[in-house]
Amino acid sequence: MNLDTLVSVQNLSRYYNTLCAVNNISFEVKRGQILGFLGPNGAGKTTTMQIITGTLAPTIGKISVAGHDLLDYPLKAKAVIGYLPENPPLYKEMQVDEYLKFCAKLHNVPHHAMNYAVNRAVEQCALKSVRYRLIGNLSKGYQQRVGIAQAIIHTPSVVVLDEPTIGLDPIQIREIRSLIRTIGEEHSVILSTHILQEVQAVCNHVQIINRGELILSDTISGLFAQMKTTSMQIGLRRPPDVQVLKQIQGVDAIEIQDNNHFRIQHAADNNPAEAVVEKAVAANWGLYELIPEKRTLEQVFVELMDIDNAEANNPIDINSVAAMNELTIKEAA
Amino acid sequence: MWAIATRELRSFFLSPLAWSILGIIQFIVGLTFIANVSMFLQPNTQSALSQSPDAPGLTEFVVSDLFGLTGIILLLVTPLLTMRLISEERRQKTLSLLFSAPLSMTSIVLGKFLGLMGFFAIMLGLLTLMPLSLLMGGTLDFGQLAVSLLGLLLLMGAFTAIGLYMSTLTSHPTVAAISTFGILLFLWIIEWAGSSLGQGSLLNYLSIITHYQELLKGLLDSKDVAYYVLTIVLFLGLSIYRLDAERLQ
Repeated sequence: MNLDTLVSVQNLSRYYNTLCAVNNISFEVKRGQILGFLGPNGAGKTTTMQIITGTLAPTIGKISVAGHDLLDYPLKAKAVIGYLPENPPLYKEMQVDEYLKFCAKLHNVPHHAMNYAVNRAVEQCALKSVRYRLIGNLSKGYQQRVGIAQAIIHTPSVVVLDEPTIGLDPIQIREIRSLIRTIGEEHSVILSTHILQEVQAVCNHVQIINRGELILSDTISGLFAQMKTTSMQIGLRRPPDVQVLKQIQGVDAIEIQDNNHFRIQHAADNNPAEAVVEKAVAANWGLYELIPEKRTLEQVFVELMDIDNAEANNPIDINSVAAMNELTIKEAA
Repeated sequence: MWAIATRELRSFFLSPLAWSILGIIQFIVGLTFIANVSMFLQPNTQSALSQSPDAPGLTEFVVSDLFGLTGIILLLVTPLLTMRLISEERRQKTLSLLFSAPLSMTSIVLGKFLGLMGFFAIMLGLLTLMPLSLLMGGTLDFGQLAVSLLGLLLLMGAFTAIGLYMSTLTSHPTVAAISTFGILLFLWIIEWAGSSLGQGSLLNYLSIITHYQELLKGLLDSKDVAYYVLTIVLFLGLSIYRLDAERLQ
């Protein structure tokens, strides 16, 4: 096995009675990767995270973490994982410092390294000011940070974070994201989210899961390639006849939007922007606007979902539409 | 395992519950202790004792009765202490912290068990101070005292193991408390049905209090010790099994 593969999941399936939450997915996470696990609500993200961290047993499948099989050597495998579940597992009646020491003990951090480990986690998560306060009295943002501190206290090689920025304000979200990037420099991070921006902001690998199946697994640059321009919008003060525009090399189709605005469709590998500008200048069309239309990650995501839903020969159910709307709202916000 | 046990013990003392339980039990047992001692010292008790050939000594008269009462009070109180063990963690979603840590299910369950047993050990330590204070004006049968203490500790172990198992079954502490209380009460009162059937009947053997009474007499019988050890092992085993099954669902 490649030494740099920290998490390997093979043919993993998980059933809740007859309901299939995760259906035969396989993937690998290498050292230094920040993997974004993306999907609408109820897609199986949390189930997958729980299985990787050993809090849930898989129905079928093989998982190994840093070379240790999770089912055969659960203790060795769990020792190199840090996990922040959806709801941070905090004891509200404990102080932050006390709680982190407890977590360090649970993860077998030796006694002499305890203070160092706690100090480092406190510093990384900027918890110094609340170190001796009761966890129950902290704000949600700080509680979330304590949750992250708990997940990195034993310097695990894999950190699994389940929706780490949910319920935080925009400033806190930025802080947590930069924290995740810092963690990603030393460890591998698996991050689940349904906020697309987040993946764009922090991850270098993306996986999209829908109804228990992996429908995309790519690097973030690969995903950006999918988002390449295939159309642009131009504004002309003195537009020529549409036929003239159509004849420009590389233009596939023209869509008239109003008297002055046109939408030009073209192939991904043949961008006619230069030709259009040259013609416009030569013929004095009065070009005042040229906007390449980039597909957003959201569009890519929705398209992938649509393809998947169509393949499943299933009309889009209300739940996934609601999830989609939520995504749009999150994006807008 | 020890990390869980010490955290459990500390969190008991962070809540007012532990302090109030310690205080109230100390108060009630203290009152009984005074009543027992003053009864023992009354002239007509003394004369009655001197006339009977196998009269109980100071230890049996005061300590056995005191510990007998303590056992019954703790039967009522233990469900309140065990109810939170697992179900509260499940409710606060902190169970996943323990499950994802490099710990076996056995050490989680044992940690919880030992944490509460630590609390009981402190409580018993405080209660034992009362009989020990009799040393100021008399002598004690230390053998009987030790066996009584062992008996009470084993009884607490059995109560705790049953309560712990009930707590793994639900995410509502109250449900865990009520069902634990029901089981403990049932195991106590089958003694009444058992005693009508005579000595040596199955019901009599199953009763959780009968064995304790034997130990209070100062009789260290492997049959009684085995009863408690088996109960503890059985219910701890069931708890481990139950938590493991939760991962599989």
